Amino acid sequence: MDFHSEHLAKAGNKEEGIRSDCFVTLELADSGGIQLELVSKVESMYGESILTLVHKVLDFFDIRHVKILLEDSGALPLVLAARLEAAIKILIKTDKEFLLPLIPENGYSTAPDRNRISRLYIPGNTPHLAINAGIHKPDGIILDLEDSVAPEKKYEAGYLVRNALRGIDFYGAERMVRINQVPNGLSDLPFIVPHNVNLVLIPKCEGTEQVRLVNEEIVRIRKLTGTTGNTWLMPIIESALGVMKAFEIARCENVVAMAIGLEDYTADLGVRRTDEGQESLFARSMIVNACKAAGIQPIDSVFSDVGDMEGLRRNALKSKVLGFEGMGCIHPRQIRVVRDAFAPDEEEIDRAKKIVRAYTEAAEKGLGVVSLGTKMIDAPVVKRACKVIDTAIALGKLDAGWKDLS
Amino acid sequence: MGIGKYRPSGRKYGPPIVSCNDYPEDGNKIVPSLREALILAGLKDGVAISTHHHFRNGDLVAGQIFDIAAEMGIKDLVWVPSASFECHSSLIKYLENGTIHHIEGSMNGALGRFTSEGKMKGTGVLRSHGGRYQAIQDGDVHIDISVIAAPTADPFGNATGDRGPAACGLLGFALADSQYADKVIVVTDNLVPFPCVPWHIQGNYVDYVVVAEKIGIPEKIVSGTTEITKSPDRLLLAEMTAQFCDEAGIIRDGFSFQAGAGGTALSIGVFFAEMCRKRGIKARFARGGSNKYLVQMLEEGLVDYILDGQTFDLEGVRSMRENPGHVNTSPFTSYNYHGKGNFAQYVDVVILGATEVDIHFNANVVTHSDGCLLHGIGGWMDCLFSRCVILPVPLFRDRMPVILDEVTTLCGPGELIDVIVTERGIAINPLRTDLIEKMKTSRLPVKTIQQLKEEAEKICGKPSRPKFTDDPVAVIKWVDGTVIDTVFKLDKLR
Repeated sequence: MDFHSEHLAKAGNKEEGIRSDCFVTLELADSGGIQLELVSKVESMYGESILTLVHKVLDFFDIRHVKILLEDSGALPLVLAARLEAAIKILIKTDKEFLLPLIPENGYSTAPDRNRISRLYIPGNTPHLAINAGIHKPDGIILDLEDSVAPEKKYEAGYLVRNALRGIDFYGAERMVRINQVPNGLSDLPFIVPHNVNLVLIPKCEGTEQVRLVNEEIVRIRKLTGTTGNTWLMPIIESALGVMKAFEIARCENVVAMAIGLEDYTADLGVRRTDEGQESLFARSMIVNACKAAGIQPIDSVFSDVGDMEGLRRNALKSKVLGFEGMGCIHPRQIRVVRDAFAPDEEEIDRAKKIVRAYTEAAEKGLGVVSLGTKMIDAPVVKRACKVIDTAIALGKLDAGWKDLS
Repeated sequence: MGIGKYRPSGRKYGPPIVSCNDYPEDGNKIVPSLREALILAGLKDGVAISTHHHFRNGDLVAGQIFDIAAEMGIKDLVWVPSASFECHSSLIKYLENGTIHHIEGSMNGALGRFTSEGKMKGTGVLRSHGGRYQAIQDGDVHIDISVIAAPTADPFGNATGDRGPAACGLLGFALADSQYADKVIVVTDNLVPFPCVPWHIQGNYVDYVVVAEKIGIPEKIVSGTTEITKSPDRLLLAEMTAQFCDEAGIIRDGFSFQAGAGGTALSIGVFFAEMCRKRGIKARFARGGSNKYLVQMLEEGLVDYILDGQTFDLEGVRSMRENPGHVNTSPFTSYNYHGKGNFAQYVDVVILGATEVDIHFNANVVTHSDGCLLHGIGGWMDCLFSRCVILPVPLFRDRMPVILDEVTTLCGPGELIDVIVTERGIAINPLRTDLIEKMKTSRLPVKTIQQLKEEAEKICGKPSRPKFTDDPVAVIKWVDGTVIDTVFKLDKLR
């Protein structure tokens, strides 16, 4: 198919090795009707259904004369539609959105204090990674619009992330999106807020203003679109200034967790990031302390060597000791290691069980004072023990019916 | 007819009786060139010529045979390889010009596409490794000339695969050819004085020996998938499969297993090894294709024997040469259905791949969902007789669902396939009530095959079926030589 005009729009990916994606080349015309060429590796199975979808999208945007070349490497309908819409909107300015149904599985909301031990980063413009992200059972899946998307692809990634939030089953993982740095990131919000995003990550956060802007924009969009439920916030601290402002940021409305990004932080300090992490001890402790003071979850940085599972494990154990409650993952294989490292160990679980039992017995007997052996147990200790038990059950380390079992 | 219902009668095929008086007194069967050997062996229009596939994608011999035949203007040959590879795509020109009439063996990659487009003059025949031995033994296939590329051989024709510049491990796939072909030519690039020890092929079967400059490309000979997968999705599949085997009670002291060559299968072997190590148990035997991970298990004492059909990497070749516990086998010992038993029946668990599975647990391994022939059967069919057959497959590949209402081509009847493991759930064949019972309390996501199919369709959409014409292009033979399915010419192929 030959294209002549300057009014040409392209969207998607088609380089070698690209899977589950498509590349759309689109040229509007004044006459000639719809000329469509489909090159698809799944043509025998889905050729007709792809053509039907394309016509539906064109019809939705009132396009009557167009030349389209669709090169498909096995894209799901939500990907095809996103690429097509992105290409169309390069040439046509409209507020209309072609939305595929929000699947019922994606209707859930999340509690502010739910586990966020592992959260998996998925590049926002790479569909084949997003489709299977949920099967690895992270606590959260982050569709990333920031660093993992090339600047020239930011535009089309918004449509893909929107369609993914509506159409991909995340199997119960918290549905997160990392937007671009504010103020640019504010324009990402219309793509995600009406589509039941559970949590928004705000990168390179250096003050309350950025959080406030994001929160206000979310509120505005929710009102406009009649969206219900909550959209939590997780600012990421990535600079010396951010660290100094950590407590104020942590106290902002709807912030439920705060993360640290050590690559940018160490660069800001002008030091090298080491495995030992001596250079970031202050910052990490500040984040933990700020979060605990504000009653939210402190989340550690990612570990960037995906081949070094032992290094990751050591790193995660250190994080836990510092008081962090989770870590970012950049590869699905990191999830298990992180989860195991942050999970309470047997000794912790045993101790927690004893405390909870002692507390329950004391409560049943109507005793005001709880003791374990010769030690008095305070309310915060009981609360922490309950949290350990809950986490152990959630991570499969303890049977939910443990009280009846022993 | 049903599995095991067809019972053959009569006697096995016999090659012509010969006398040692007609062979060189000094045992030196060397002839100057492959061309002369082929002429002496009676190369003419319409004969069947066989080759083995131990050199995989590094084979330099099969192509030469048909170059010579084409130069001589010979037509309508039947090529009977034990398997074909991408390197054999060069033979398409001989299928086009009539030098080769059809292929009985496997039609992979470009050859598969060529066949599915209806361009092959005759109808192809696909057989499993065991089925090939059966067909040759029973006389279903008559081989006029067998050309056996041998990494090391002596002038008498004794040959081995475990040493020499083109070392490939063993030569088991050429065993039937050596025993039953009318004429047998050994081609080697590493001639040693008599005797060549060990001899995987006995010189007593051999008519002519040819010394060539180079018979294979070593780095392409060991071109099977030799590393465990890095794909997190496949690793998850492997892990779920290994965990299933564990919970089903298969991983116990003295168990046996076979896992194929793909990255997922290799990873499952690694998980098995970890389980053995942790529990201080070991496997009695593993069936190869061998690779460095299996060799590590052998050397670490986690398995007593590797009963090997082919070596997938250089570590496998080395181990076979050095370790008496690494035993070379053949389709006769491992797979032959018309024999007095075969090893594949006695394996506790076998892990296999599939291009498609249907809701009746039938599976396809030769065509893709677009209807195009793409793979050979290998030992796949023969392995279905093991005690537990598990197919770890993704629920869908890109947008192509793997679990369908009906497979495009039937290669394995559902009653022999026990478990389908996908990343989104595990389906156990209702016939295996024992396994269903064992998995009742499992945390693994056990679902029905119908549920898995619906889940795939929910994500990908309901697929259309490929459209075929009424022209058959190939038949699929079952392990007993009966036809299990037919592949038809595609109506439309992009």
